[in-house]
Amino acid sequence: MPFVKYLAVLPFLGILVGVPLLNQVQPLVMGMPLILAWIVLWVVLTAVIMAIVYRFDPANRDNAEPRT
Amino acid sequence: MSALIVIAATIVGVLFLGLLARRGTVMDLEQWTVGGRGFGTIFVFVLMAGEIYTTFTFLGGSGFAYGHGAPVFYILSYGCLAYVISYWLLPPIWRYAKQHRLIAQPDFFAHKYDSPALGVLVALVGIVALIPYLVLQLKGLGIIVGAAAYGSISPTMAIWIGAAVVTAYVMVSGVRGSAWTAVVKDTLILAVVLFLGIYLPIHYYGGYSEMFSAIDTAKPGFLALPAKGESVAWFDSTVLLTALGFYMWPHSFGSLFTAKDDRVFRRNAMMMPVYQLILLFVFFVGFAATLKVPGLKGPEIDLSLLRLSVQTFDPWFVGVIGAAGVLTALVPGSMILIAAATLLANNIFRAFHPQATDATVSRVARLLVPVVALVAVIFTLRGGSTIVALLLMGYSFVTQLFPTLIACLLPRNPVTKEGALAGICVGVATVAVTSLTHSSVAQLFPELPETLRDLNIGIVALVLNLVALAVVSAVTRRRAAFA
Repeated sequence: MPFVKYLAVLPFLGILVGVPLLNQVQPLVMGMPLILAWIVLWVVLTAVIMAIVYRFDPANRDNAEPRT
Repeated sequence: MSALIVIAATIVGVLFLGLLARRGTVMDLEQWTVGGRGFGTIFVFVLMAGEIYTTFTFLGGSGFAYGHGAPVFYILSYGCLAYVISYWLLPPIWRYAKQHRLIAQPDFFAHKYDSPALGVLVALVGIVALIPYLVLQLKGLGIIVGAAAYGSISPTMAIWIGAAVVTAYVMVSGVRGSAWTAVVKDTLILAVVLFLGIYLPIHYYGGYSEMFSAIDTAKPGFLALPAKGESVAWFDSTVLLTALGFYMWPHSFGSLFTAKDDRVFRRNAMMMPVYQLILLFVFFVGFAATLKVPGLKGPEIDLSLLRLSVQTFDPWFVGVIGAAGVLTALVPGSMILIAAATLLANNIFRAFHPQATDATVSRVARLLVPVVALVAVIFTLRGGSTIVALLLMGYSFVTQLFPTLIACLLPRNPVTKEGALAGICVGVATVAVTSLTHSSVAQLFPELPETLRDLNIGIVALVLNLVALAVVSAVTRRRAAFA
């Protein structure tokens, strides 16, 4: 997985850079303050991103040689 | 009285489960601490989740939302980043530990750096960090027993009862007991938190939008990070500190050795972030309490969830909530106690008594369990800090191990053992001095710009740690080259 693993940088950007930029209450999104809704979005996206990384990581194939 | 009966019945049930789990297995040291490395995905998932969802999230998380507002969102953020890191961090640790039959975190550092002294230092850091973590569990137990007794048991008595229960539980079962109770606990806490987080906002406000609008009107600015204090700089530095420190806890490190293969961790890294979302419901409870049971100040904010529950529900249901709360303190509490006692016996006692047999070390570990519990009770009774503040203090300590750990996983470790010792000592000393004197960056350097002043002190200590690590490593490496 040459490039797929760099997707893992995105959650760090989303939270450490995104939260300071979107630090506001209004508008409420799904009933939640904007800043909270943004964090929730990134929790879900992180799971999706890690699922993609897992999928493309050769270490997780069934016949993979255990890495040393 | 019915609330107390439900809680007492839960405690008896849990002790019984612990006894059952113990039957049929011979408890040697490896069995007692890492469960024989035989757990599969689901079990490890539950076990790891079991440690993460503690009194800290249940009472501390709701209390922090109640008292501080938006800064509580850091709790939802750091776990996510920690899981991303874990995907690459945990498998090499697990493989190395399995290959060399290591059962504890200090063994790992000592073995990697070929330095028993570093092992002792790491053990000490672990124990120092675990004490506030254990204190917060006991505090939580005290709060729950106290609230469920509707004032008929004093807070001091409640803390003693809590400590006795955790100690008895650990002495009876060891890690197998924790795993089985974790299954029960996670089911119960999930049901209780989901129910409270949905019911309370609807019951009191009519819905989430209505609740947050009401809070935004009554307390403008409460639902966003403030410009000063717990500002965006505080948020980022705290999220980073806790994400890096997440797996540095001796008990998390210890429980990762219980996995059957290294793929378990990569699978967890994609499953765990979603599990985090139950934290939302804890926040909702805290926010619901903000306008409905106002007036709790300082360390009292941790009472908010139970205060609102007592006001809303019949005593028997307060008992069910309390029972879930007791389990969230008991499971991690027992893990922490085991970790601290094992560290003391295996990594400090044994370092000075190299001839001691496994049986002796195992016995010493068991004997130390009530001693550690007693120390924690003494600190708990001194009181003063909120649950969240206690955990952040612990994190500031354990995160100091992170640079040394990352360095030793690199193909060619640039850090020498002297550098590792110096970095950890400098970082930990910084945290210790600032915690004991209760100083923040803002008080120490009032002339700094706001952004730097709000930084979490643990991050500042981490920077000093890195500087010491780099300088001492460079010096010792050069000396070695000339020798």
